[in-house]
Amino acid sequence: MTNRRNFLKASSAAVGVAAVPGLAGCAAGSRPRGHVVVVGGGFGGATVAKYLRMWSQQGVDVTLVERQPQFISCPISNLVIGGDKTLADITISYEGLRNTWGVKVLQDEVVGVDAASRSIRLASGGTLSYDRLVLSPGIDFMFDQVPGLESDAAQATVLHAWKAGAQTVALRKQLEDMRDGGVYALTIPKAPYRCPPGPYERACLVANYLKQHKPRSKVLVLDANEEIISKKGLFTKAFEQYKSILEYRPGSELREVDAASRTAVLEFDKVKADVLNVVPPQRAGNIAARSGLKLINNRWVDIDWLSFESVNTPGLHVIGDAIFPAPTMPKSGHMANQHAKVAAAAILNLLAGEAPSPAPVVMNTCYSFVDSRNVIHVASVHQYDAAKKTVMPVAGAGGVSAAANELEGKYALSWAKNIWADMLA
Amino acid sequence: MMLFRWTAALCLLGTLGVAQADARPDPNLARNLAATCANCHGSEGRSVPGSGAESLAGGDKDKLLQKLMDFRSGAKPATIMHQIAKGYSEAQLEQIAAYFAARK
Repeated sequence: MTNRRNFLKASSAAVGVAAVPGLAGCAAGSRPRGHVVVVGGGFGGATVAKYLRMWSQQGVDVTLVERQPQFISCPISNLVIGGDKTLADITISYEGLRNTWGVKVLQDEVVGVDAASRSIRLASGGTLSYDRLVLSPGIDFMFDQVPGLESDAAQATVLHAWKAGAQTVALRKQLEDMRDGGVYALTIPKAPYRCPPGPYERACLVANYLKQHKPRSKVLVLDANEEIISKKGLFTKAFEQYKSILEYRPGSELREVDAASRTAVLEFDKVKADVLNVVPPQRAGNIAARSGLKLINNRWVDIDWLSFESVNTPGLHVIGDAIFPAPTMPKSGHMANQHAKVAAAAILNLLAGEAPSPAPVVMNTCYSFVDSRNVIHVASVHQYDAAKKTVMPVAGAGGVSAAANELEGKYALSWAKNIWADMLA
Repeated sequence: MMLFRWTAALCLLGTLGVAQADARPDPNLARNLAATCANCHGSEGRSVPGSGAESLAGGDKDKLLQKLMDFRSGAKPATIMHQIAKGYSEAQLEQIAAYFAARK
């Protein structure tokens, strides 16, 4: 904070912002105006669309381009796979964004970005011009890293269910069709990937289902990481509770898949499963890589943490799972929603000729179900560090649940209702 | 009319602004900080009715700040808020409490 004034001066100079005369004697900038196009209607994109409208008193025009007709939530989708919820429970319409907030929602796909002319091309054939563009494309899978899984046919047999929707329902069906005594094998890629605790939650909820309905079956967790990478102590305890049915194998990186026989090929072993569920390695959504944005490790978009603007493409902001994360920052829906608010505030400042706020704060809360009712959390708070030019986790803050408990099961469902409303209602 | 409302809103935020440590306080600081709470407590502190999450909008500023400070010190037990409150400075918590108190 001590550096804030100097930082403000420096950043104002850098973006060429002159002092803007106040309105009616109030020391604020001019009213933001312009057209912002948002690509992707998930936790990041829907939130930034709403907040741009809400915080500009509807003064900024917002167009949201999304492929799917409705929003389907990844968080809570493991409860659909476990049989505790249905797809309808995690599906929400974009009508709130349209009707309450006046966001123009287009069901379409962006096929190209021309950052120089500030326009995008749509699959339907049209183009849209923008003053600022927000890409919230989430992740795409690196199927080329998993030999045997490149074809559509293989991907229809060996599911990821790591984007909620048809695959969520299909994986549930595979589990329902599996014989008692069958093997469900789940492979986890090396971090970073979307939703660090998600695979461990899924293993618990599938085990919870099989233990009750097909108790001779087995859950095999093949983790490319050397240990459980999120809520380790709590998931270790949860796995203990399923030890009659669940086996956890760390350091088991998937090398290849034989989809026809549902076999996972590891370095020293082959595992034949009845239901093989592969969470493939991931990178920023394809549109980010296709748009000429600077990537880190050829996977994640490099951004300026004050504005979420791409470091090499002015006017183009990227939020959510697609960005190269700050230290200890998870790729989560909650975090994408937080990115969206920092980006919305920064974009409105920029459209009004002001520098972005110099002290953004984001926080994360992630609840995981270990059975139908009991939940564990991890939380963290991240504050901007002007010297490091990134957001850093606050030492001594955040943490995990003392133990799995039913009260947090209620809070987890409350969290879902409130964050869905924060994005879409 | 819209211009008047926007101006009035900005001025209101300005008065809620930081402890005036800077020559030019960020008029949106309180708004931006409070938005980090919205994922669980609802947009502008108005939680979804029946969700079980506390609505913070329109509450008493001093009471809300005391509660946040008690979470922060550990005096008030919680499942998660004691961990989250420690991530914010006292000045930030004051901004957040003032912002929510002003949402009528």
